[in-house]
Amino acid sequence: MKVVNLDHISAKPLLPEVKTVMIEAIEKDYHNPASQHKSGEEAAAVLQKAREAVAGLLNCSTPKEIVFTSGGTESANHAIKGVAMANEDKGKHIITSNIEHNAVIRSLRRLKASGFVVTSLPVDSGGRVNPKDVAEAITKDTILVSIMHSNNETGTIQPIAEIGEITRKKKVILHSDAVDSVGVVPLDVQKLGVDLLSFASNTFYGPVGVGGLFIRRGTRIFPLLEGGVQENNKRGGAENLVGIIGTGKAAQLALRDMDKRLIHVRALKDKLLTEMPNVIDEYIINTHPDYSLPNLLSISIKYIEGESVMLMLDDNDIAVSTRSACATGSLRASHVLLSLGLSHADAQGTLVISFGIDNTEADIVTFLKALKNVVKTLRDISPLYQNKSPL
Amino acid sequence: MYNKTVMDHFRNPRNVGVLEDADGVGEVGNPLCGDIMTIYLKIKDERIADIKFQTFGCGSAIAVSSMITEIAKGKSLADAKQLTNKDVAKALEGLPKNKLHCSNLGADALQLAIQNYEDKLAGVTRPEPIRKEKHEHSHGEKCYCPYCDIEIQEGITFCDACQSSLEEEH
Repeated sequence: MKVVNLDHISAKPLLPEVKTVMIEAIEKDYHNPASQHKSGEEAAAVLQKAREAVAGLLNCSTPKEIVFTSGGTESANHAIKGVAMANEDKGKHIITSNIEHNAVIRSLRRLKASGFVVTSLPVDSGGRVNPKDVAEAITKDTILVSIMHSNNETGTIQPIAEIGEITRKKKVILHSDAVDSVGVVPLDVQKLGVDLLSFASNTFYGPVGVGGLFIRRGTRIFPLLEGGVQENNKRGGAENLVGIIGTGKAAQLALRDMDKRLIHVRALKDKLLTEMPNVIDEYIINTHPDYSLPNLLSISIKYIEGESVMLMLDDNDIAVSTRSACATGSLRASHVLLSLGLSHADAQGTLVISFGIDNTEADIVTFLKALKNVVKTLRDISPLYQNKSPL
Repeated sequence: MYNKTVMDHFRNPRNVGVLEDADGVGEVGNPLCGDIMTIYLKIKDERIADIKFQTFGCGSAIAVSSMITEIAKGKSLADAKQLTNKDVAKALEGLPKNKLHCSNLGADALQLAIQNYEDKLAGVTRPEPIRKEKHEHSHGEKCYCPYCDIEIQEGITFCDACQSSLEEEH
C-alpha cells in the first residue's frame, strides 16, 4: 500500500545513493575519528570529506565552519544558548520574530527565565519580517538576532541578506534557522551575512538525526554539548559517522542537482496553485507568492478543521500535514498563522502540502481529486458552512 | 491515533444535519480551541424523537458528536439528561487523553439543547443557546502569547515581547 507523501516537511525519503554509502559505512565499521592511530585517521578522513561537501553546499570559507549536530533542533539550541552564554557580559537583549520554530522559541524562553530580554518582531500579512524593524529594535544591549530563513508552516522566505547587512553594520551576531531551506534553495552564507546557520540533513534527503550549525570563524559562542574536543572543540561527543557520511553524499547531490530539483518541484507547486481553484473554493493561501520555498504550499480551508482533513486524506493513502490546534497536540492555534493575521477559525483549517523529487504530477492529481471530496464531506457536516449541497 | 470505533464514527458519522423546526438547539464551542458542535432535537412524548448534529472540529469532535446523537436518539428526556462525557468516551472505547475535552463538548451541547427545549416550554427566553468556551488551560499548562509563543502571565492583556494586544483571548 503505497502512501503518497505530500508531507515532505515532516520527513523526506533517503536518496538511493545516500542509502548505498550509509550501508557501506555500516559494513565498514569505521573507527572513531578522534583516535590517533591509522584506523582513527581513516575515519577522520571520511568525516572531513563529508564536512567539505556540506561546506561546499553553503559556500563556507573553510570546512571548519561546519559543526555536525543531531539535527536542526540541537543546532538552534546551540546557536541561541551558546551565543547568549558567551556574550552575556556584553548584553542580554535578543531579537527574534513571531514566526520562529519551537526550537528557537523555547530556547529563548529558557533564556528569558535567566534574565535575558527578548523582542519578538511581527510579520506582515505575507509573513515577512521588515528589516527596518530589526534595525530599530537593536540596542547597545543586543547580542543576537535570530530569524529563520524559511518557515516550515507557510514556506515564506525572509529577507535574511538585508537583515545581515544591518547586523554586520551594528556588529550583532545573526543566526538563521535554515532547516527547511538548505539543500532546497541555493544558499550562500557569504551573501546572507549570517554568523550562524542551522540546517538538517533530511531536508536534502539525508538521514534524520543529523544536522549542523555553520559557525562563522571568530563568532563568540560556547558549545552546547560539553565533553571531548570533537567538531573543532565546538561540540563534544563522538560523531554519528554513518549519518554524517550519508549527509555528505546528500549535500554533494544537492549542490550538483539544485537547478534540476528546483524545476521539478516548482512545476508541482505551479500545478497545485493552478488547479486548486478548480476543485475547492473559499480557501486562503498562506504562502508568499514571491518569496517562498518552491516545495511547499500552505492553505487554510474555510469552515472545516485540519485534523479531520488530514485523517480523511490518510484514508485515501495521502499524507499531508495540518496546523490545527487539535493536531499539533498543544491545543492552541499556530502562533505562526495567527501572526499572519488569520482568524482562529481559519487557522484551524490549515493544510501544509510539501513535496520533493520523488513526487510526480500524478501525485498532485490524486491529491486534488481526494481533496475535493474531503472538503465537500466536511463542509456538509460543518455548522460554519452555509452553502450546503442538496442531500 | 484513534481506535476502530472512533474511526468508524468519524468516517460514517450518524445523524448529520439540521432540523429546520427543532424543538431544542444547543451549540457549544469556540474556534479558539478548534471545535464547535451544534445539536438539534425533535421531542415527542418526552422522548428524543429525532436528533441531528453539525460539527466543526477534529476526528474526535466528529466521532463524539456522532456517538452522542446515536446514544441519545430515542431516549427519554430524563435518561438523556443523565448522559455525560464519560458515557460518550466509554461508548467510543476511549479517546486519547488530549482529546477528552471534545467529549465534554458533545455532552454539553446535548444538555444545552434539552435546556433550550425546556426553556421554550416554560416560556423562558435566554440569549441564544450558545456557549462559547472560555480560554482554558488544559492539563495545567502555562500561558503563552498566541502570536510569538513566549510565556506570559495569566490574564495579561499585552505581550511585551511582540507588542501584541491580547484583549480577546484573555
